[in-house]
Amino acid sequence: MAILNLKFKSTTITFLLSSLIIVFTSCKNDDEKTKDPEDVKVSQTMNAELTAPPMVPKPTGRRKAKKLVVDMEVIEEESEMTDGVKYVYWTFDGTVPGSFIRTKVGDEVEFHLKNHPDNKLPHNIDLHAVNGPGGGAESSFVAPGHEVVFSFKVLNPGLYVYHCATAPVGMHIANGMYGLILVEPEEGLSEVDREYYIMQGDFYTKGEFGEPGLQPFDMKKAIDEDADYVVFNGKVGAMTGDNALTAEVGETVRLYVGNGGPNLVSSFHVIGEIFDKVYVEGGDLVNENVQTTLIPAGGAAIVEFKIETPGEYILVDHSIFRAFNKGALAQLKAEGKENKKVFSGKIEEGIYQPEGGGIQEMPVDEEELAASRPSEKPGLEEKMELGKNIYGRTCVACHQANGQGIPQVFPPLAGADYLNEDVKRAIDIVLHGKSGEITVNGNTYNSVMTAQNISDQEVANVLTYIYNNWGNNGTEVTEEMVKAQRRN
Amino acid sequence: MIMASGFSQASEMAEIEGGTYIPLYGNDSLPVSVENFKIDKYPVTNKEYLKFVVENPKWKKSEVKALFADGRYLNHWKNDTELKSDELENAPVTNVSWFAARAYCKWKGKRLPTLDEWEYVAMADKETADARKKDGYNEFILSWYERPKSFHQEIGSTYENYWGVYDMHGMVWEWTADFNSVIISGETRRDENQDNNLFCGSAAIGSSDLMNYAAFMRYAFRSSVKGNYSIRNLGFRCAQDTNEEENSANEAL
Repeated sequence: MAILNLKFKSTTITFLLSSLIIVFTSCKNDDEKTKDPEDVKVSQTMNAELTAPPMVPKPTGRRKAKKLVVDMEVIEEESEMTDGVKYVYWTFDGTVPGSFIRTKVGDEVEFHLKNHPDNKLPHNIDLHAVNGPGGGAESSFVAPGHEVVFSFKVLNPGLYVYHCATAPVGMHIANGMYGLILVEPEEGLSEVDREYYIMQGDFYTKGEFGEPGLQPFDMKKAIDEDADYVVFNGKVGAMTGDNALTAEVGETVRLYVGNGGPNLVSSFHVIGEIFDKVYVEGGDLVNENVQTTLIPAGGAAIVEFKIETPGEYILVDHSIFRAFNKGALAQLKAEGKENKKVFSGKIEEGIYQPEGGGIQEMPVDEEELAASRPSEKPGLEEKMELGKNIYGRTCVACHQANGQGIPQVFPPLAGADYLNEDVKRAIDIVLHGKSGEITVNGNTYNSVMTAQNISDQEVANVLTYIYNNWGNNGTEVTEEMVKAQRRN
Repeated sequence: MIMASGFSQASEMAEIEGGTYIPLYGNDSLPVSVENFKIDKYPVTNKEYLKFVVENPKWKKSEVKALFADGRYLNHWKNDTELKSDELENAPVTNVSWFAARAYCKWKGKRLPTLDEWEYVAMADKETADARKKDGYNEFILSWYERPKSFHQEIGSTYENYWGVYDMHGMVWEWTADFNSVIISGETRRDENQDNNLFCGSAAIGSSDLMNYAAFMRYAFRSSVKGNYSIRNLGFRCAQDTNEEENSANEAL
């Protein structure tokens, strides 16, 4: 490598050039490793292992460069954005992001791109790992029901984004057409214990965040960069609760993090961890001890950290309203032995501090609320169902899928004495927020809950849902009870 | 509402009064003249196409030449004369190649509409002949792009436009005689550079941007196909010069 660098510098110092080339070529004969990746010969053909997020294919290890056959299908399909909200995604291989492709420098990739016959639109693929006009986009343009084959050689190690680049590019990306391709250096990346694949994306829907039903793409909001959802891996909660990422104490975790955009730049952060290593922008430069790394739209980064202590680590876009109001939040659950030297068990979680001690209340559009209210009084069953949806988009991020909360940070709701002993207080907290120290089931918490901007009926439904689950006391909260607690 | 009358008069044509329009692409975006012509009120249905196949056996699924129709030709039909069980007789016929569509129209004494004729009729919404600057018109088209399996609808299920023509948008793509006369390379960012007014012209976001997006995808689709492609979302309707009468005598092909 040193010799390669010298050669580049010498381009301006012409009198050195010839002698250096002699050094360079003679060295090239001695050492295979300095070979230009372009000249790497491929021996065998193999089918690429492709994985759906958050999984990553096996490392390339010490294998030699090969002809790698990648087979991908474009699928336009309806799926769930969050509880009760549907969206028509355009995908590579049926997932957002699309399949992870893992290659090694010198590999010759033979790319088969199929466009499902039921699809309405032509698509293509632009791989940022390709050296050539359009990154393959022009040669991969394919009509529904057809397949194109093109090939390229991967020359530059790094983590790269691929995406659809068919007109209008923004709309194809906004609907989920992106993914990551990794090009490992010849010697492979260092071994780690766990690897995961995460990609952020912003979504623009006709209805606001959480508005139920099938939500069409909103071109105007997309152009205005006014995102309704900012999520990891295509939907709210793709990696929370039962789908959380896992690791064990003592393990080193490597995350391949991409950002599909189309618009927003990510302030990627893991609450409770410091990145030991960041391959900045997915390239060769390694930075150490990083709290938050910037990932541009159409860019990526590799982050690594060792898990020192058990617990729940929360992955966020630290442009923080996106995390708690638009869905940019995932979980990593680490199991293993407590390590009191590293973590004493009592912390003050910092993420809410920028909002200050005061609790902010959002303006409420009363007309809109009235319009969204069902005309009849819902029965208990319906309230539970409606409440579940509200819980799924409003409460679950902090209080978790089964109301268990996050130790030391967010108090539990399941079997919580604080909740069950005073329903008026519970309503008041949902309506007006809460800050300062409280004790729940013997543990103290000192955090901030923001006032929730939801209607009286929604408060009644979600609290009824909470009170009738997870060993709570079965209180049915009515709209009137909520109204009585409003401070006007 | 119009369903009952719709089926019985499926092959009815609407008179289109010619004029000029500025297409989004091609011809350097100069105004293009369109003569008076007639166009089918509805896309050709499975049922109508079956009649054609029966009378012209060389267009049967089992006999068609690959040069004129690829392997997906009439893929939603069970065999030469029957639809698969969940398909609708009165839905537009799709999975037909350009060659097949052209032959059908010829058999009817008609022809495929030119790209300009098709676009001219398709500019209309319910009330106006050129609705391309209306948000509602464009939003309807954009939302169709995202609705899966919209080919599974009976003809007449969308709206009747200013000319009395149904289903120009919201159902299936349609072949035109010169579908690939405007080539988009598929590398859109490059295409965009060829006409800066389209995408780089102004920072303001207005209905004209939506209009560009809606139409751009139609041109992109056309550029992605070849004459023998048979595609699930692609059907057709026929056109005719105004002075000609429908010729049901059915020229042999």
